Amino acid sequence: MTTTEPSTPTPSTASAGLAPLELPTRSTRAASTAAFGALLLRDLVVLRKNLREFIPRTILQPLLLVFVFTYVFPKIGQGVGGATGASEFSTLLVAGVIGLAVLFQGIQAVALPMVTEFGVTREIEDRVLAPLPVSLVAIEKIVSGAIQGLFAALIVFPIAAIVPATPVHLKIHWVILLTFTPLACIMCSALGLMFGTVFNPRTVPMLFGVVVLPITFLGCIYYTWASLAPIRWLQITILVNPLVYVSEGFRAALTDVPTMSLWAVYPVVIGFTVLFGAIGIRFFRRRVIA
Amino acid sequence: MTAPATPAPAPAPTGEVVIRTEGLTKVYPGGVKAVDGLDLEVYQGEIFGLLGPNGAGKSTTAGMLTTRVLPTGGRALVGGVDVVAHPAAAKQLIGVVPQSNTLDRALTVWENLYFHGRFFGMSAKVARRESDRLLEQFRLEERAKAPVLALSGGMAQRLMVARAVMHRPSILFLDEPTAGLDPQSRIALWEILEELHDDGQTILLTTHYMEEADQLCHRLAIIDHGRVLALDTPEALKASIGADTFVTVSTAPVEPAVRQALADRLTGSLTGVTNMEVTDDGLRFGVRGARGVLPAVLAAADESGATVVDLRAEEPTLETVFIELTGKDLRE
Repeated sequence: MTTTEPSTPTPSTASAGLAPLELPTRSTRAASTAAFGALLLRDLVVLRKNLREFIPRTILQPLLLVFVFTYVFPKIGQGVGGATGASEFSTLLVAGVIGLAVLFQGIQAVALPMVTEFGVTREIEDRVLAPLPVSLVAIEKIVSGAIQGLFAALIVFPIAAIVPATPVHLKIHWVILLTFTPLACIMCSALGLMFGTVFNPRTVPMLFGVVVLPITFLGCIYYTWASLAPIRWLQITILVNPLVYVSEGFRAALTDVPTMSLWAVYPVVIGFTVLFGAIGIRFFRRRVIA
Repeated sequence: MTAPATPAPAPAPTGEVVIRTEGLTKVYPGGVKAVDGLDLEVYQGEIFGLLGPNGAGKSTTAGMLTTRVLPTGGRALVGGVDVVAHPAAAKQLIGVVPQSNTLDRALTVWENLYFHGRFFGMSAKVARRESDRLLEQFRLEERAKAPVLALSGGMAQRLMVARAVMHRPSILFLDEPTAGLDPQSRIALWEILEELHDDGQTILLTTHYMEEADQLCHRLAIIDHGRVLALDTPEALKASIGADTFVTVSTAPVEPAVRQALADRLTGSLTGVTNMEVTDDGLRFGVRGARGVLPAVLAAADESGATVVDLRAEEPTLETVFIELTGKDLRE
């Protein structure tokens, strides 16, 4: 061990007669911090190695979405956006597409690898033997997924702003953007942790078919929450959908389109983060410790 | 396992306890008692084996000692640290080679070691140096840049051992380390473990291969149904069954009564016969002092009207001990 931390006494459980052999030369806290950082470093190195996969998987869906809805449709005269008009539609879609990209990072960067590591390769067993509490191994996954979500948002933003054939009216509210973006990334990553620990290789098709599909279609990507007022029951029902708040939050950060009150968006996103994180960590522990 | 800049502590005198379990128990949900009140002590510098059939509780015991299985009773100390109360502290002290391949598929052979070093607090420089050194020591340097999926089973196992000892654990755990390995890789792994032992590494391994237990382990706990049936050196265990030679006789097909008669005759004529057992095609027994036994068997067979087609005398094995203790074969 190379850290120069003064050695801290080992937890005082040494019973009489049990010789203190090579006791930890570092406190548990120092060891945990170093291990957490190294786990994060490992994930970022893997991300760098896999950029050729990361970039296409991140941009393709938003690119196609934006291309078809905001380039092809206006060009062929097939109006989308209803009463709001094509330009407004392009504008409100920007936020939805970024929200979608961040949500998908939570699934692709956290949930799917975790399903594989738990169910097929058992690689997670080694990660769990690193000298830090198991819950921190799970939290590291959230942080690493959130960083990848942040990259995804950065990559997707120019696409959503440039591709549409009709003008996109952006109005960046920096305070909201800089506070909301990390929060949304962490929440989506925590959601990914929860999915990754709840689903297994056998049930993972359900994740896409039954869970992700309604989340994306009913996640206020293509419309604002307020515009759903004529369908009141739907407007109320989708309040359980975390993507609604992500889309609306990004919309408030990037445009002047009227959105749900930020007094609702922030607390709900924080609440969901805590909820998904708590469930995810709990299930993670349950999966790795018999 | 010493390197110039990070010298391992001088080997302490043997006799110090590295692992202690007191009434360690694991009952899985559903009531299956995998480990039942286990009391063990493992001393520094020894290779300690848990020998038993599949389902005996070996892996559950290893799992509890390595923080991956929560005991339902008793306690376990590793290097003085309670593994249940302080798992993160305990994990600094242990190196683990699990049963399945848990190498990081997203990384190369070298990176697997490098990041393991970083997880355990090594600086980038030290982790690089140690990775290079270990790849050389474990004869994997040519594969440094290969993805781990390209490794053979034996090489993957060597890499897992290299990874497990990289942070110089107080104790190295190996769970069925040679299961599924070809004989050559198995012998290569045994050599590696012997070398690690020579460097002072304390090792606990679980196995259901008697040869492995016999060849490697200084002390053995034979376990079944989660309980220790016997605990001693392999030699002492073999000596404990009261015979120094086991004789196996195969006869040409004869009535069971003939075999029984032969058994009775031998029991009467030879001194110190133990464990007499009439088998499907002959008989098997232990005897103290092998001199003159084989001619006596042939003579007795002649007199009983049985034709001997095969006759073997061998020293007792751990298998014999196991059968003696449990009445069943290790592989059952």
